[in-house]
Amino acid sequence: MATTALEHAPAHHEEATGIWSWITTVDHKRIGIMYGVTAFLFFLLGGLEALVIRMQLWGPDGRLVSAEVYNQLFTMHGTTMIFLGVMPLSAMYFNYMIPLQLGARDVAFPRLNAFSYWVFLLGGLIINASWFFGAAPNGGWFGYANLTSAQYSPGLNIDFWTVGLQILGVASLAAAVNFFVTVINLRAPGMGMMHMPMFVWMSFITQILLLLSFPIITVALVLLMIDRSFGTHFFVPAGGGDPILWQHLFWLFGHPEVYILILPSFGIVSEILPVFSRKPLFGYAAMVFSGAFIAFVGFGVWAHHMFSTGMGPFADAFFALATMIIAIPTGVKIFNWIGTVWGGKLEFKTPMLFALGFIAMFIMGGLSGVMHASPPADLQQTDTYFIVAHFHYVLFGGAIFALTGGAYYWWPKMSGKMLDEGLGTLHFWLMMIGFNLTFFPMHIVGLNGMPRRVYTYSAESNFELLNKMETVGAFLLGLAMLVFMWNILKTWRSHQPPAPADPWNGATLEWAIPSPPQHFNFPALPRVHGRDALWEMKRVAGGTLPEPTPVAHDAVPMPNPSWKPLVAALGVAITLGGFIGGSHLWVHAVGLVVLFYGVYAWAFEDPFAATGH
Amino acid sequence: MATAHAHADDHHYTATGIDNRKLAIWTFIGSECMFFASLIGTYLVYKGRDVVGPKPHGEWLLNGVAQEQMLEIPLVTFGTALLLFSSFFVVLALNGAQKGNRKQLIGWLLATIVCGVFFVGMQVYEFNHFAHRGMGYTTNLFSSTFYTLTGFHGTHVTLGLVWLVSVLVVALRGKLPPEKALNLEMAALYWHFVDVVWIVIFPVVYLIR
Ligand SMILES: [Cu+2]
Repeated sequence: MATTALEHAPAHHEEATGIWSWITTVDHKRIGIMYGVTAFLFFLLGGLEALVIRMQLWGPDGRLVSAEVYNQLFTMHGTTMIFLGVMPLSAMYFNYMIPLQLGARDVAFPRLNAFSYWVFLLGGLIINASWFFGAAPNGGWFGYANLTSAQYSPGLNIDFWTVGLQILGVASLAAAVNFFVTVINLRAPGMGMMHMPMFVWMSFITQILLLLSFPIITVALVLLMIDRSFGTHFFVPAGGGDPILWQHLFWLFGHPEVYILILPSFGIVSEILPVFSRKPLFGYAAMVFSGAFIAFVGFGVWAHHMFSTGMGPFADAFFALATMIIAIPTGVKIFNWIGTVWGGKLEFKTPMLFALGFIAMFIMGGLSGVMHASPPADLQQTDTYFIVAHFHYVLFGGAIFALTGGAYYWWPKMSGKMLDEGLGTLHFWLMMIGFNLTFFPMHIVGLNGMPRRVYTYSAESNFELLNKMETVGAFLLGLAMLVFMWNILKTWRSHQPPAPADPWNGATLEWAIPSPPQHFNFPALPRVHGRDALWEMKRVAGGTLPEPTPVAHDAVPMPNPSWKPLVAALGVAITLGGFIGGSHLWVHAVGLVVLFYGVYAWAFEDPFAATGH
Repeated sequence: MATAHAHADDHHYTATGIDNRKLAIWTFIGSECMFFASLIGTYLVYKGRDVVGPKPHGEWLLNGVAQEQMLEIPLVTFGTALLLFSSFFVVLALNGAQKGNRKQLIGWLLATIVCGVFFVGMQVYEFNHFAHRGMGYTTNLFSSTFYTLTGFHGTHVTLGLVWLVSVLVVALRGKLPPEKALNLEMAALYWHFVDVVWIVIFPVVYLIR
């Protein structure tokens, strides 16, 4: 058999290193790492913005920043955390883990994958470049027209936002096509759709949401950009335009976006809980269908963000009921997670702590969400800190907890190093306490009427004590992040033995190969017969599997590195970048030339051509 | 190296048997549907809500003088027919490519491209004509939504033409053997999609009053 020949081949030819090998890489694992590093840096930036906001709100009538800078801070905090933090952190796991869990060598389109990363990076840089012009976006992450139309936002601020988000949209769409095809087509022989690991399933549903919702915000952004650049009246009431249309288009994207942010985290938690409970995931099929149902109904609830626009009783009732219905499949998921843990042999390693923390915090965020699904309650709560508390419980208590748990879970696989358990536990408890200290009081100040997005509050409002608690909590969160970074640094420099292929007794295929995996992942494609493929293989082998040994680096032909995706990505960024500060024809022209050059060079490049080394 | 060859075959392995690239085009088309749905939705929301200026159907007033209706339905019907025929032609071209019939491939591909060029030409003429009659991009909601919707469609047709011409050049160089017919099939799928979108836009904009 072919595999035996491979296993005995000597390991030679180290993989290329150096900066150029990273710039031209088409390896899903390296691209995943680049997504992770980039997103983590943006995440820290978004966190710093949040800390400045919290310092400003330390006491009444804060003087640290002006109202204008405060607007930029909360807009960039939201935009950064959503588009440059949580989404690309999820993309890191899509990239690194989907092919491994499927038993595949790479994604379906490795160069397209590199293109997605470069477009994402350029989009993030362009949005943040606005800080150097003193003109960071300041219209909120939802950019409501006509506040963001030329009349009320004449500066460059909103241009950076519309252009940057369009560029990021290109990255998301290219990646979504890629991962959709990867999941459908690159499952290992024998792995049916209902055998896939739950992380792959939830990520797959996320790609469908991306494919269907990002075109909508693209249209909204294009129309706003045209309004601002050419003077049309899509969202300008003076010319008959309707600002409410912006809200419809934005939230038609915006609500599915919420699930784009949280479904990958559902998947991560569904991977961690079974492994550390030593039990298969409870209710696999119910998990799949509840995820699909959430995504489907998620397209029919967008106007719960718009109750205060006065849509009338019929629309209010429809969107309220549809929103409440989503609580049912979400509840199914939570019961299944509890069912997974129930009666299991629990091991409280750091990934497990974060996964359990996720369940508790996400339930709280879900409950406050059901509260403002009711229009009369929402009319009281909208635009207050109650809403801020709610979505931080689902997006921080939910997504960030799960993404962090995933980092501890998959770190050995990605880096070949084990993280320190003691520091991991400290990280968890600091984050848990800091998180609740920051965001729980926001429920109370919110219900007491403290408005969002206002840069000060008065002394008579009695908000001071709770705000001070929130600020202390925020700095605890910053401290937790420092502990995490210290953990990474310390274990990175230590001379620990390399991490084993399967440190957690994992159930899925990524743990079948060395840590970190070789370029081609699997010397021979694995054969799969059911769910939890690795547990099954271990059961057949009668307990444990031998540590896999690396084979020759060039044992499997893999596609060559390519710089063409980077050129094409530059073309996209330049073409759209020409819309900052009006429409600059020559910039568009240069961008299109670069784009077409990149695309043609890419299309006519043979990825498997002999390189003659 | 027998093993290396065995593994090189893995690069063509797909779980469904469908080629990755074909599936990707279908996926992309699914996404594009939402793009055009949003544009068409915007057009419909703003239909008839103009404050001033030209209307798509019926007479309208300019400085108190009655003007003829803007849309020229016979011309655009002709363009629509051309686009529909081009979808048929590209199927014949693909059939030629799959059979290795070079004449059939190049002849019908050329016919497809000619039809596409005439369609874009028709649109350029239409836009110019409207501009001369005083309907600029920012004139009113109808003009903005009309130019944006049909303009984005026209851009898609133009990109489809660039793609088809590229495939034609490859075919003329004799580098489109039957086993590579998928290279044309992908462009053809995209071309059909652009056609189908127009079949929605044409009645929505030109026929429904
Ligand atoms: Cu929502």
